[in-house]
Amino acid sequence: MASKRRGLPEINAGSMADIAFLLLIFFLVTTTMDVDSGIARKLPPMPEENVEIPEIHKRNIFVVLINKNNKILAGIGSPTNVIEINGDGSISSLKDDVKTFITNNGGKPNSSDSPDKAVVSLQNQEGTSYKTYIQVQNELTKAYNELRNEKSNVDYGKDFNRLNNEEQKKIKDFYPMKVSEAETKAN
Amino acid sequence: MSKFKKGGGKGMPAISTASLPDIVFMLLFFFMVTTVMRETTLKVTVTPPEATEVKKMEKKSLVSYIYIGSPTKSQQSQMNLSTKALVQLNDVIYKREEIIANSEIRKFIDSERRQKDESEIPYMTTSIKADQNVTMGIVTDVKTELRKADALKINYSTKKAKDAN
Repeated sequence: MASKRRGLPEINAGSMADIAFLLLIFFLVTTTMDVDSGIARKLPPMPEENVEIPEIHKRNIFVVLINKNNKILAGIGSPTNVIEINGDGSISSLKDDVKTFITNNGGKPNSSDSPDKAVVSLQNQEGTSYKTYIQVQNELTKAYNELRNEKSNVDYGKDFNRLNNEEQKKIKDFYPMKVSEAETKAN
Repeated sequence: MSKFKKGGGKGMPAISTASLPDIVFMLLFFFMVTTVMRETTLKVTVTPPEATEVKKMEKKSLVSYIYIGSPTKSQQSQMNLSTKALVQLNDVIYKREEIIANSEIRKFIDSERRQKDESEIPYMTTSIKADQNVTMGIVTDVKTELRKADALKINYSTKKAKDAN
């Protein structure tokens, strides 16, 4: 009877929001959706039969060879120079070699005719470690990315990734990424 | 002047915050429901290599994953396996020879394609999640099988490393 007169004291629900917020923040923080990232590549389609393989002039091929001991040889036409991997995992001389090879534009007789014709041929062996392979892929990507970035800064005064799709496509067409991968050679 | 009353009097009625928890709970449930963590239990150990020139993967629903690495300790003892690198597709692990002999990758890609809309198929990507210590032999085999299955868009999964420059 007494309670009816006074009424049940209302429970203060003001802190409910705080509790819910706490839970919300907890979930927001803990659900780290691990962002998948990686080096994107496009595989060549399986060769059809009776299709002639187009010949590429020696000066337009930059060969990178990784052997089973993860040693790198690189050079235009045929792999001639030994490339060392730096302590921090970067292979800077490879990147610079690729860049000068691509931007030769017919300047030197033993280097590429134009960025459009320049092909990087990546060869590896059965025992090559995936880590080294990715390091080399990374350096090749970096070489192209830097060239594209330089071009976009000259042409548009902006970084490459700030351009719109159409402008990006123009630059990609100017520096097409041509990385060819031959079949793995045994030993 | 009479318009400006001193404090006290009736004052503004407090806005009811009783519905605030409901709004926040709604948000909470929204987040809990939408963060679908698609998890296949990994039966191989994968420590991806590091790279700087990485691209984020878009449209996660269109990505199929292929894991390459040596089997986990428990798998080794359960199934009597060596530490030799294996390929995991969905929840099954395959030896290198099985991949080539039974064209398992083709079956895997076909089953992934069947789940998707036909118009989405050209945008499908295959992410190769390989351990940094595996050799290229098995990776190349997987790549050749992918070429046969006509799944040409691939992505080498890597960790983002700090740029050296």
